[in-house]
Amino acid sequence: MKPAVVRAEAARSQPVILPRGSGLPGPLVARLGVVAALIILWKIAAGFADPMFVAPPEAVAVSIWHLLGESDLKSALGQTLWELVSAFVIATLAGAAIGLAIGRSRLAHAMVYPIVLFLYALPQAPMLPLFVLIFGIGPAAKIAFGVSHAIFPMIITVAAGTRDIDPALMKFARSTGARTHQVLWSIVLPSATASFFTGLRLAMSGTLLGVLLAELFVSQAGIGFFTHRYADAFQPANLFALIVMLAAIAVTLNEVCRIGEGRFNRWQG
Amino acid sequence: MNGMPLVSGSVKLGFVLLLGIAWYVSSAHQLVNPLLVPSFTATMQDLWTLLRDGVFWPDLRITLYELVVAFAIASILGLAVGYAVSRTRYTIKVFDPLFSSLYSVPTILLFPLFVLFFGLGSGSKIAMGATIAFFPVVLTTIAGLGNAEVGLVKAARSMGASDWQMFWQIMLPASLPVVLGGLRIGMVSALLAILGTETIAAIGGLGHQIVNYSDAMDTPMMFAYTLLVLAIATALNSLVTALEGFARQRIA
Repeated sequence: MKPAVVRAEAARSQPVILPRGSGLPGPLVARLGVVAALIILWKIAAGFADPMFVAPPEAVAVSIWHLLGESDLKSALGQTLWELVSAFVIATLAGAAIGLAIGRSRLAHAMVYPIVLFLYALPQAPMLPLFVLIFGIGPAAKIAFGVSHAIFPMIITVAAGTRDIDPALMKFARSTGARTHQVLWSIVLPSATASFFTGLRLAMSGTLLGVLLAELFVSQAGIGFFTHRYADAFQPANLFALIVMLAAIAVTLNEVCRIGEGRFNRWQG
Repeated sequence: MNGMPLVSGSVKLGFVLLLGIAWYVSSAHQLVNPLLVPSFTATMQDLWTLLRDGVFWPDLRITLYELVVAFAIASILGLAVGYAVSRTRYTIKVFDPLFSSLYSVPTILLFPLFVLFFGLGSGSKIAMGATIAFFPVVLTTIAGLGNAEVGLVKAARSMGASDWQMFWQIMLPASLPVVLGGLRIGMVSALLAILGTETIAAIGGLGHQIVNYSDAMDTPMMFAYTLLVLAIATALNSLVTALEGFARQRIA
């Protein structure tokens, strides 16, 4: 058990320093202990709380099992996952292209970058009803709201990565007569890869926030419909279970991006 | 490079003007569905009415109240927990990754639970805002206090500084710049969370009012109110940034 645990830690590139001779458990064991203590606390609290509002952990686990057998809910979860992936793909592809243009072209940097910064600084939450008004209550509004949260961090990190390139490399390329596309493929893109992966991670957290916010806002269909139904019917076990499942999707997507980023940085380092 | 702020400022201004002109022309010539994009002039008239009659004040008060309470809870808890955790390297190792992985979970998911626990009123918004703002505060407090210069800490300890002196004379000044950044991020994300959750399910507040006009299909008013809320949120954002800069200068 122990080596696997230590390896999982190393994958997150966090050195584990086990306190020697202090009698304290390792940080990871202690962390698991904290989580276990919280679950026990939840169990105890659920014993005192009104069952209309709080469900004990084991009831939530049973609910997860049951809900996974419900085809309506499964299709709502599947649709949310699909919206998350679509918004992420659109935002990262478009963001990388715009970021590259801003990073490499002085004109684009002067003309487009200020607009990007302006839009990024706008608070997006109040615009949620506007998105739903324009794109409807279907997946389009959720994807659009996810894209609008994810694209700007992507543009900004890629623009920064493609702009700050070792001038010696560029001078070398130019003096050996490299063509524009050769410079792009052999110098600009390789040096921008680290910022590209950072952009992906930031874009993922933006996508999650945007899509989930829009999903909760639209109560006629999708996840929002089920959260309203479970809350109105005082079925906390189902509500907790749905939230746990969505959180699991979010954590998985986040971790994929984070591991990708960490792995790449290790190659480079 | 000296002309850059001027260029960037005029590009921004030009963009906003262009957007306004495009909106004006397309709505004046019925190029877009007026139910989706209202007439520019009608929206401006409604915006003027809103500002003149001040009907937004009660909702602004609700939103600000939620923001202040949420931020107070988040910063007190975040600073206290961050301080406690940063006392030893061991607790930092145990809790810091825990908080940062929780921070990467979209906490907005908890909102349906908060509505169930605290109802549709301000309670659920405060809970949401406080939860979202807690993480940047606690993480920057741990980072700030945990990374105080080792030499400085050792020197103070060896000269027999008490815990109290250590905190006020060494740790606080060393960590404040980082912590101030965390407080600003916490405040801004709490504001966004409150505005967002007010649109999802609420009985009052700026976000809720936008949805009210949207549900009533009063799109000119909805656009006007959205513009107003964007302006208010942007102003609050700049205010917080300015406060942070002011606090930074006071320490330095």
